[in-house]
Amino acid sequence: MIEVNRKGEVWVFAEQEAGKLSDVPLELLGKGRELADTLNVPLAAVLLGKGIDDLASRLVAYGADKVYVVDHRSLDLYQAATYRKVFCDLVTRHKPQVVLFGATAMGRDFAPTVASALRCGLTADCTDLQIGEHTAPGSTQVHQGLLLQIRPAFGGSIIATIVNFDRWPQMATVREGVMVMPTPDAHRQGQVLRERVGLDGYEPPLKILEIHRREKKVDLKGARVIVAGGAGVGTKDNFKLIWELANCLGGAVGCSRAAVDLGFADKDHQIGQTGTTVRPVLYIAAGISGAVQHRAGMEESAKILAINSDPNAPIFSFAHYGIVGDLKMVIPKMIKAIRTGAKVESLATAAPARV
Amino acid sequence: MGYDCVVCAKQVPDTKNITGQAMKDDGTVNRAALPAVFNPEDLHALETALDIRDRFGGTVTVITMGLPKACQVLRDALYRGADRAILITDRRAAGSDTLATSYILSTAIRKLAPDIVLCGRQAIDGDTAQTGPQIAEKLDFTLISYLEELQALEDQTIRVKRNVGNGWEVVEARLPVLLTVMNTANTPRPSGAKRIMRFKKAKAPAEVAGEVAAQMPQAGKPEQAAETKNRCDALAAKGLLIDQWDLSTIEADLAWCGLAGSPTKVHRIQAIVLAGGQYRQFQPTDESVGELVGELIRDHTIG
Repeated sequence: MIEVNRKGEVWVFAEQEAGKLSDVPLELLGKGRELADTLNVPLAAVLLGKGIDDLASRLVAYGADKVYVVDHRSLDLYQAATYRKVFCDLVTRHKPQVVLFGATAMGRDFAPTVASALRCGLTADCTDLQIGEHTAPGSTQVHQGLLLQIRPAFGGSIIATIVNFDRWPQMATVREGVMVMPTPDAHRQGQVLRERVGLDGYEPPLKILEIHRREKKVDLKGARVIVAGGAGVGTKDNFKLIWELANCLGGAVGCSRAAVDLGFADKDHQIGQTGTTVRPVLYIAAGISGAVQHRAGMEESAKILAINSDPNAPIFSFAHYGIVGDLKMVIPKMIKAIRTGAKVESLATAAPARV
Repeated sequence: MGYDCVVCAKQVPDTKNITGQAMKDDGTVNRAALPAVFNPEDLHALETALDIRDRFGGTVTVITMGLPKACQVLRDALYRGADRAILITDRRAAGSDTLATSYILSTAIRKLAPDIVLCGRQAIDGDTAQTGPQIAEKLDFTLISYLEELQALEDQTIRVKRNVGNGWEVVEARLPVLLTVMNTANTPRPSGAKRIMRFKKAKAPAEVAGEVAAQMPQAGKPEQAAETKNRCDALAAKGLLIDQWDLSTIEADLAWCGLAGSPTKVHRIQAIVLAGGQYRQFQPTDESVGELVGELIRDHTIG
């Protein structure tokens, strides 16, 4: 734990693997830039690894004023204990006021151990971050310029805003895609600072024997159209309809968490607070009730079409178009209408046809 | 020989089953209508521990922190094969965030001096996945998160396949370790019929005290306390008294527990109220669906 330090920087943990930066730290630099400007302090990225020098300029281009680099052979492969030791040394040395991590597999392994070692707070899976003030109940003291950590909680029935006013740094994790990726500026200037940390004679506790990585099969963030299915799809077999409609529209397949839990679709397809956040031109939600966690991952879509047999499903409260009906009937009708695309226009304007 | 395992279990509201009936008229969730369940991934952690005991010998102790009603998950663990169950309950622990919770649990676990601690990867009520890694840090146990397969355990060394989302790794570490277990790791064994018969009456002292207070409302405090003690002694004689620890038992520093020990504070809670939507409704007919698709094509949303 460090003291409250109003001059402290805003930090982003620059997660990288095998010399490749993840998207989340770049997205976080966009949000971090905004927070740092509001607080009038520098924005810094913290880059740990081995042979990673060339990544620093990229972090500057995405908005970092400073990049703290620790290049050491013990940091080549990520493991919580080693990274924690180095990261906590840097926090104690530079006393940042805000530290942001991506809520990736690595970030969710790493950030809690940092919070535990520093005895500070950590809010998981924030869907928004702002700067604001807080007055504790029963107190008149106003804490200004705090990080407001906003996230759905309790099954999505509430939105909680969390603060952390006495034991700093204020730390939060954010899922991939939640913050908008900033446009890089290759001409931005920033400082690259090489940091020394005591790792001599240190023995990492974990032996990493094998590493297997697969490319993400699904590009949800880049998709123009997403067709997503939820528990209401009913069976894995029915879920093929979601694929058919997506293929027909040249779109990607998404799903709710319930659909992952039921085995209808792979976790890579999950959209929402604990999945991917998307902003497509068209989002078709079929058999998705629209719990807040799901909503958090798709409500910024330009157009939302909900197909649900329950007219009271929450999804209709924020959809632009709605069809109350059985998706097993509706989706084939949509596919038919799209395939006959050109004819559709005349059909829509013609006199009522057969039903 | 064998390995002593401690499994951390949590009783959680069943947030997966928020249905229409669980919504109040004002559109917010009626928490009381949600059943409390064994956190799903904690069942997989328990299964991993039971599997280790079955293959290599040792013991499985399940601990939970919460109100006395959390004993339901402890009984469930006993039905499935746990050797010992411990309830950690204390008013002074109320309001603990993940940091304070991991402090309290790690202090309790230290008293048990296990070789392996197992947690579910995350709990469905908060999805934070923080408490396991934080317990590991506090105990200085090596953290191995996202266990999908226990590949080997010999000579105080464990080898594990972990699922990191975009792939997998095989890692090895010396004991003691803390494992967080994925729901893809195994299939939790069901409760054993004989074990249900044997442990269905197992209770913690706080539950017995609650029962006595309800059955003898007229009795004075000393009388109730004496009756509670009698009943607890009788349960203990049959091996059915669930251990109950408080913050004093585990010698926790109160500065790190409960609200005082929690750096994160709630600034604001907004209930989600479902308002009526302003969406344009189309009918599930060929004609109406065709009209919608036509409109989306005309405004270049699709096509």
